[in-house]
Amino acid sequence: MEGIKDKVAIVGMGCIKFGENWEQTIDDMIIDAVYEAYDDAGIGPDDIQAAWWGSVWAGETAQIAASPLKLGYIPFTHVENACATGSEALRGACYAVASGVVDVALAVGAEKLKDTGFMGLPQVRPIATWSYRVPSDTPPAEFAMMATGYFAKHGLSVEEGKKLLGQIAVKNHHNGSLNPKAHFQREITLEMVMNAPIVAYPLGLFDCCGVSDGAAAAIVTRADMAKRFRPDPIYIKAATICQGPREGFLSQNYDFAHVEETKRGAIAAYKEAGIRNPRGEISCAEVHDCFTITELTIYEDMQLSNPGQAREDIQAGTFALDGKLPINTDGGLKCFGHPVGASGLRMMYEVYKQLQGKADKRQVKNPRLGLTHNQGGAPGTATVSVVIAGNELG
Amino acid sequence: MVGITSYGAYVPLYRLNRAEIGRAWDIPAAPGERAVANYDEDSLTMAVEAARDCVRGIDIESIDGLFFASTTSPYKDKQSAATIAMVLGMNRESVTMDFGGSLRCGTNALRAAVDAVRSGSANNILVIASEMRLGHPAGANEISFGDGAAAVLIGSKAAIAEIEGSHSIYEELQDFWRSDRDLFVRSAEDRFIVDVGYNKVVPAAVTGALKKFNLRSKDFSACVLYVPSQRQVGALVKKLGFDPKTQSKDTLFANIGDAGSAMPMMSLVQALEEAAAGNRIMLVAYGNGCDVFSLKISDAIARAKPEGRMGIAGFMASKKMLSNYNRYLRWRELVMVQPPARPPIEYRMPGPQALWKENEKELRLRGTKCKNCGTPQYPPQRVCVNCHAKDNFEYYLFSEKKANVFSFCHDHLMATINPPVTVAVLDFEGGGRMLMDMTDRDPAECKVGMPVDLTFRKLYYVAGIHNYWWKCRPAR
Repeated sequence: MEGIKDKVAIVGMGCIKFGENWEQTIDDMIIDAVYEAYDDAGIGPDDIQAAWWGSVWAGETAQIAASPLKLGYIPFTHVENACATGSEALRGACYAVASGVVDVALAVGAEKLKDTGFMGLPQVRPIATWSYRVPSDTPPAEFAMMATGYFAKHGLSVEEGKKLLGQIAVKNHHNGSLNPKAHFQREITLEMVMNAPIVAYPLGLFDCCGVSDGAAAAIVTRADMAKRFRPDPIYIKAATICQGPREGFLSQNYDFAHVEETKRGAIAAYKEAGIRNPRGEISCAEVHDCFTITELTIYEDMQLSNPGQAREDIQAGTFALDGKLPINTDGGLKCFGHPVGASGLRMMYEVYKQLQGKADKRQVKNPRLGLTHNQGGAPGTATVSVVIAGNELG
Repeated sequence: MVGITSYGAYVPLYRLNRAEIGRAWDIPAAPGERAVANYDEDSLTMAVEAARDCVRGIDIESIDGLFFASTTSPYKDKQSAATIAMVLGMNRESVTMDFGGSLRCGTNALRAAVDAVRSGSANNILVIASEMRLGHPAGANEISFGDGAAAVLIGSKAAIAEIEGSHSIYEELQDFWRSDRDLFVRSAEDRFIVDVGYNKVVPAAVTGALKKFNLRSKDFSACVLYVPSQRQVGALVKKLGFDPKTQSKDTLFANIGDAGSAMPMMSLVQALEEAAAGNRIMLVAYGNGCDVFSLKISDAIARAKPEGRMGIAGFMASKKMLSNYNRYLRWRELVMVQPPARPPIEYRMPGPQALWKENEKELRLRGTKCKNCGTPQYPPQRVCVNCHAKDNFEYYLFSEKKANVFSFCHDHLMATINPPVTVAVLDFEGGGRMLMDMTDRDPAECKVGMPVDLTFRKLYYVAGIHNYWWKCRPAR
């Protein structure tokens, strides 16, 4: 098993301003993201040999993206892997290039969520796997149970736990305030977090990411061809997906205080990338802060904190923009919201810009390796993508 | 000797102080409190509770009949008895029947069961009466009504109360009614019902019964008499020659409320809880006529107290007060509240095909237990979650198991009649984990590690379908 390290490079990316894009259609968003990526790579639509389209709710087949882009008569694949869909589209494009079947591929993800007319994500009713006799909950509830589980496991009172989580929200909102493409660009205080209305106890409003419209795109090519497109390509070091078998809801072994798929997905990705000391080697990370508790557990699950040290790292500011290992430098899902099919590619957009030194006010110092962690599903039954990228070969 | 071989009851957790109803409408309200079924309960779910209380420690395979009596069955056209039998896991060749139509339907079912067992057409019939009736808001019925259920098992072996005799009369009278178009129970003028209903019908029935049984009122240690008026019960008992102080001890009207057709059996269960061998009980139930029974308590009563049975006494003592009357209105959907900004409930409209396919699994809460490593799991798994053995399992019932909360949350986003939705991860004693809604809970009291019981509830109603499944509740 060779892995994907240094076989594929990203040579162009695009990301629109996320938000309540009332006046934009999904076609507008797809076109704006993809044409920014074309311009960034210095290519045009005729250069794309195969494409991957990521969306959960936009509709069936890749026609949704092929039609506005007029990318006709080439292989165009629609992928869906819940909230990890955007990363899954990128992985598909990378695998195609790595296989040698094509030289230039496009990954694009978008979601138009603000047209539903209600709060939260849309609900779907699959035909074959749906049971009508099941408990009723929403995504915030599924993650709130991990907060309860984490607090219980670590002996934190609800107030102590919420204060810890609140610092993650404050950090990400600070980063988002520096990002003109973020949906929410306002600083918040710990007091605001603590006094916010409860969405799913113990998680309050600021513990939850928003629902937004958005689109992002990437153009990938062979690593050995990358410098023909630009002087500063970003090389893929790992692109994994870890699908859990839903053990957390079937077995008492699961502790509801971590995400097993994140833990195992990270191990697989670090192995593929040849990373032995993630905390020391990773320069910046974009992780799936759909809820603050998710980001908290990611620290330890991905070995970015030493075991049992997440709390100390939060309090020490390790993951702040000026900390040792800045996390969610663009504001994360907390500030971008979560247009599901776009989020994984939006994360990579920030890592790409950071590694190129083009992250403006949010730029981290001398970055070498960055990663994205993009999670679908819920604690106990997740689908986790980890993509690692670097600005040098080797 | 045909008689009652076991009994059980159910009273919902919540009680509403009748003064709250008076306060809400600026009207005088009777003293005491009434039982209020939670928003996810109905006559069917309460019947399941009473049945489970009754069959505790009894081999379900030995029961070959189930009669369900209610004027508030969730369906006009679809049998509730069959649903309850499936939930209990009864033998498929059992006889199931729904009884309804009057305040007397509970004792109608009782008499039919006694006659069926006596004739030999069935061995053991579970008779359940359950009611969740609505009175017009601000009306006397709303104040006096209460929700509840009772169940008795009728058999011919080791009866704790022999049913010595039964006697019935009928009467055509427009006293209480609810047409096929009505939501609320209607009634005629009180004085007319007292004079022409209670005072004519009940004495005629009891006099005829005593003559037929060749007994006198003083031969009975208790007279369990139901007419839908607490005051008239006392007057009638006295009029019939019983001593209201020693022979009529009913406390249900004041503490639970008038549970209609379930009331005679609930009162009977209360009497059985206090009965001693040799006692004789008269049971009288009014409703478009009158049913009268004579029951003789046997020595078996001393042994028939299974561990864990709640009965009327247990459930009556286990209660929480509703903070206000508005909550009752909301639970019964009698006021229009602002709809949540969430997808309409229609997206969860159950397909009858999908419901049917999962009946054994979901209505009985039947999972699997791996024969290789012994791990219980729900939903049923063909490939074991623990050891990955394939198709090496036995079925395993979770509905009888106790569980503890491993984690939980209160979901304020999910659309529900009674926000927030409390969801819990349950770890079962003996193994197994499940995600379930928690009901009958005070959000402030929920804790990791708290013990819970399972309870059969209605998840939601949509497009004419009442969708039932299991939930957990703090142990009562």
